[in-house]
Amino acid sequence: MKEKKHQKGKGKLNQKGKDNLKKKAIKGKAARSNLEIEAVEGRKQRLLNAALDLERRDPNELDRLFPDGFRVLSPTAILGYGFPPESFLRGIERNPHLIAVDGGSTDPGPFYLGSGKSFTNRAFVKRDLRFMLVEGVKRNIPVVIGTAGGSGALPHLEWCKEIILEIAQEEGLSFKLGIIPADIPKPVVLKALEKDALKSLPFVPPVNQRAIEESPYIVAQFGVEPIIEAHRKGCQVVLCGRCFDPAVFAALPIMLGFDPGLALHMGKILECAAIAATPGSGADCVLGILKGDRFILESLNPARAFTSASTAAHTLYEKSDPYHLYGPGGLINLEQTTFTELGDGRVEVRGSRFEPIQPYTIKLEGARPIGFRTVCMAGVRDPIMIEGIDQILEEVRGQVLSLMKKEGIHGNLYFHLYGKNAVMGSREPHQGVSHELGILIDALGDTQKDADTLCSVTRSTLLHYGYKGRIATAGNLAFPFSPSDTPMGEVYEFSLYHLMEISSQRLFPLKVEQVEGKKGKGGNR
Amino acid sequence: MKRNIREVARVIRSKNAGPYELTLDILFKERRWYELFKSRNIVNEDLICQLYKVSKEDVLGIIWFEPVSAVKITIRRPCPSGSPGDTDIYGAQQHAPLLEIEFEAEE
Repeated sequence: MKEKKHQKGKGKLNQKGKDNLKKKAIKGKAARSNLEIEAVEGRKQRLLNAALDLERRDPNELDRLFPDGFRVLSPTAILGYGFPPESFLRGIERNPHLIAVDGGSTDPGPFYLGSGKSFTNRAFVKRDLRFMLVEGVKRNIPVVIGTAGGSGALPHLEWCKEIILEIAQEEGLSFKLGIIPADIPKPVVLKALEKDALKSLPFVPPVNQRAIEESPYIVAQFGVEPIIEAHRKGCQVVLCGRCFDPAVFAALPIMLGFDPGLALHMGKILECAAIAATPGSGADCVLGILKGDRFILESLNPARAFTSASTAAHTLYEKSDPYHLYGPGGLINLEQTTFTELGDGRVEVRGSRFEPIQPYTIKLEGARPIGFRTVCMAGVRDPIMIEGIDQILEEVRGQVLSLMKKEGIHGNLYFHLYGKNAVMGSREPHQGVSHELGILIDALGDTQKDADTLCSVTRSTLLHYGYKGRIATAGNLAFPFSPSDTPMGEVYEFSLYHLMEISSQRLFPLKVEQVEGKKGKGGNR
Repeated sequence: MKRNIREVARVIRSKNAGPYELTLDILFKERRWYELFKSRNIVNEDLICQLYKVSKEDVLGIIWFEPVSAVKITIRRPCPSGSPGDTDIYGAQQHAPLLEIEFEAEE
């Protein structure tokens, strides 16, 4: 009953969108059939109170319902990386069933999750989102945003929501917004620790109570289930906290009965957009076309193409095992996957399977503050100093740290010696040294003040240090800048990267809000 | 005749696989080079330990990936990404030792 009422309301709110859809259906090359629309709506109804035992549809039935496939537009590799408007509009002309984008990564390091800040640029996140929201809302195409703000914790979610609301006001867009937080309450994590339900991933030290308590935000990568919930509730725009990258692309087709293995594998490729095409790009649009027993990848920029090599190569990217891609509740098995070029810049993929794993586990991520950093960059050209550099730095470190200790200043000192093993450290196989060196003084202290002091004293000590054999007595360092030292703020380290068993998706509670954009206001495009 | 891997590989790269692992990919230009490297087990645990100065416990796996004629090696990061003393947050510049691999070729 409730759902019927809601459907009625939705129809009213999005009348304009539906009109657009109709127009598009007449004009568009790959229009949606009534059968398709019926399939979507009927499925929503049936799933309303059902548990998540998503029944799969027969592949032939799916191909009859979606004669041109279920089309997913992926505009860019990470929200805020940008894309050519022409590529995006080419995607829109294909009348996609879904626009989805991935927003996150742990690659930029622990700072962003720990501090609640985004590693992507606000102006460009807004720019990308404006294209997606304007076209998506007007045409009644669901828009799903994964791992808001780069790390997907509550402040990132708020940050991204604020941008969405600004665009809605400026463009006069009204829609139902679903928000799915991924923060796991600390008592839940502590209880899991107590019950031995936290599992370390390879090379990750076991977690302890202190690490959990010291982490400002603990998030978990959720899977398709909470996003399906948002689709079922008719959310036009879904903003996700930290989630499994492919989930934003796969949730809707899985809800409709498509094969989860194919849907998730397609999502895995789409989340990087044109990175899997050739020439690759993290800032261009691609289209995924899901069928009953396969999916097809298509570049939306004629300058790029998918090849079987570029597509298969992408399954290697950033993963330790290309045959088994682990995610929430199971893995995508690619042992039987085939990649076939269709001869027109498109690639067809078959045979990927989803294997559920019990108990259902999710991956937790957390970072905790460990102090403050101040850095100073300087160059060395003196060959006598370069010859003795390792010993000189050891002596300076010893001298400075013992001086600090006497003053009650706690800290740690690292030298990144560019021109001599700065990039690979002790793993560097070469013994060679450059004729000039860059020394990056990396001072960590308990407070910013301590870090500043440590960096400053190290810099001045090194500048005038009377090393063995020295003949250049005026100064040892070439500074490119004044001021020479830069406070870098708080420093974080990863504290959690563990699997946690869960028995319910209630950890990811969907919040639904109605966004009402006032027409004619703002519009500073 | 000794040949260098650069002659037969089209991609040699490194990257984080999460904050605790470093994953190295070698994609061969042609299937025959993949077959040759695989059949002779040229990329093996001992070689990786020697090139990266790590112990066997630090090698998570070496996986031959036939669909794209590639081999993937995953090892422990020297420290977790972004921890004090880390040198390469994304792990994107740790592939250079692989460029030194040499092999015997008949031609």
